[in-house]
Amino acid sequence: MTPLSSLSELLAALAQGKATAQSLVACAHARAKALQPTLNAFISLAEPEQSAAAARRADQRRAHGVEAPLLGIPIAHKDLFVTTDLPTTAASRMLLGYRSPFDATVVERLAAAGAIAIGKTNLDEFAMGSGNEHSFFGPARNPWDPTRVPGGSSGGSAAAVAAAIVPAATGTDTGGSVRQPAAHCGITGLKPTYGRVSRYGIIAYASSLDQAGLFARSAWDIALLLRQIAGHDPRDSTSVDCPVPDYPAILATLPPPRDRPLVGWRIGIVPSFLAADGVQSDILAALEAARRTYEQLGAAIVECTLPAAELAIPAYYIIAPAEASSNLARYDGVRYGHRTERYDDLFAMYCQSRAEGFGWEVKRRILIGTFVLSHGYYDAYYRKAQQVRRLVTDGYRSALEQCDLLLTPVTATTAWPIGAKANPVEEYLADLFTIGPSLAGLPALAHPIGFDAAGLPIGAQIIGRPFDEARLLAAAHIYQQATDWHRALPPLAHL
Amino acid sequence: MTLDADALDHLAHLARLALTPQERERMAEELVAVFTLLDRLAAVSTDGVEPMAHPLATMQPLRADIVAESDCRDALLALAPAAEAGLYLVPKVIE
Repeated sequence: MTPLSSLSELLAALAQGKATAQSLVACAHARAKALQPTLNAFISLAEPEQSAAAARRADQRRAHGVEAPLLGIPIAHKDLFVTTDLPTTAASRMLLGYRSPFDATVVERLAAAGAIAIGKTNLDEFAMGSGNEHSFFGPARNPWDPTRVPGGSSGGSAAAVAAAIVPAATGTDTGGSVRQPAAHCGITGLKPTYGRVSRYGIIAYASSLDQAGLFARSAWDIALLLRQIAGHDPRDSTSVDCPVPDYPAILATLPPPRDRPLVGWRIGIVPSFLAADGVQSDILAALEAARRTYEQLGAAIVECTLPAAELAIPAYYIIAPAEASSNLARYDGVRYGHRTERYDDLFAMYCQSRAEGFGWEVKRRILIGTFVLSHGYYDAYYRKAQQVRRLVTDGYRSALEQCDLLLTPVTATTAWPIGAKANPVEEYLADLFTIGPSLAGLPALAHPIGFDAAGLPIGAQIIGRPFDEARLLAAAHIYQQATDWHRALPPLAHL
Repeated sequence: MTLDADALDHLAHLARLALTPQERERMAEELVAVFTLLDRLAAVSTDGVEPMAHPLATMQPLRADIVAESDCRDALLALAPAAEAGLYLVPKVIE
């Protein structure tokens, strides 16, 4: 079974009649099933007949001259997007058996563009985690080394794209949940600006930070997908009503690498990030090589400071749990979700249903959030964290006045062995480089830039100004025309 | 931050979470460790800094005040662990 090609290669094959949606969907399905025991990337898969029927309809539409940008492309959704065709669990026992009566806007828009969802992917429960180890369904695994994490929280989506099961998948990113798994799995991942993509139908974790994101095997492919999902949605008042550029058209007009297309661009590097404790030397070396490549492509490198950046982790781990404790209050065993069988009264029913339904990491974050919002602590923690959030945001904004993009690591280490992070603080510290842009609401993209000595992928993060996804995609696209890192496939993809 | 047994019980009560005695012990330890990280903010000077609740404080699109959703009561009630006659069933709360 050969690996499925990239999104744009598959679109070309479909357009030229060299492939059918039916063959692609069948192949994606077979690969998902074959790799499931190794990767545990999926929580649910569509019935083969169901996706085959959708593929047949796509082929018929194509035969009738219907044009849709993603017609017949198999994709996967993080199991945090609600879907009517498949169950939605958020990787929690709390939502076992839940079937949404509506589709998330992102799901709806990708389906309208012709994509066919073959399954729902594994994640950290309610998106709370950096390694995809906190799933009720067990950890997802890294295609480059299945004893290691794929990164979290959108680990199943990243693993499925990296293993060439599907050419693209959705994710969500609250503090790094698209960028970290993209880096650990050697693929391209985008967290758009907060407000760029509708959050309607994404099960809420931390509402001032959550944003829909995308995984694919190149920036070009992400551009094709973002064009479909971006834009205002009347059902999400935090989705911003501003024009969506034609991203693929913008990338298509860029000069080739030999013409040094980045002349006039300023790319900022952050020396304090590179000097941070515990950054793996392979990552520093790969980032230095990526910096040189960007320079060769014409960019001017400027040094930037992010004075409050190290405060981002404590601020985030106050704000996100606070919002989570509020959002997850809805799971009360009354309207939907798990209800315990062991209760005498209403209060016990709430407490016991939640005790049985939620996993340990979720309980811990609910308790942290409850504490920082509770009487007597609100000012010292929650309000303080919101003030620090502004300091962090101001730091990023002024850095992005001196440059067009910031280039940073995504993670301090490559993918760690499953179970290796001994305590929560160790895992929270993994978010050092991704949390700042989340607090500031900025768009950020992770793209592969090499491998460590053990053969594990390394990613770089580029961070842009609000709603400037086009520039992030352009930079990564130019980089990817000049390099081959994004083309590497894990040996396991060649089944 | 310190967290004695009573304080953790109060917190679990507020969060509507039942914890077993063993879970309580482990949770208290982990929370104290996490708050060692979070308490780093106490030393930061934030005098006069306006709290930031949201990245898009200045933008809030409004929609037309028209009915956009259809009646989906039955579909929603079908998700409930216990429902009857169009109502959610819960244990008796009034004697």
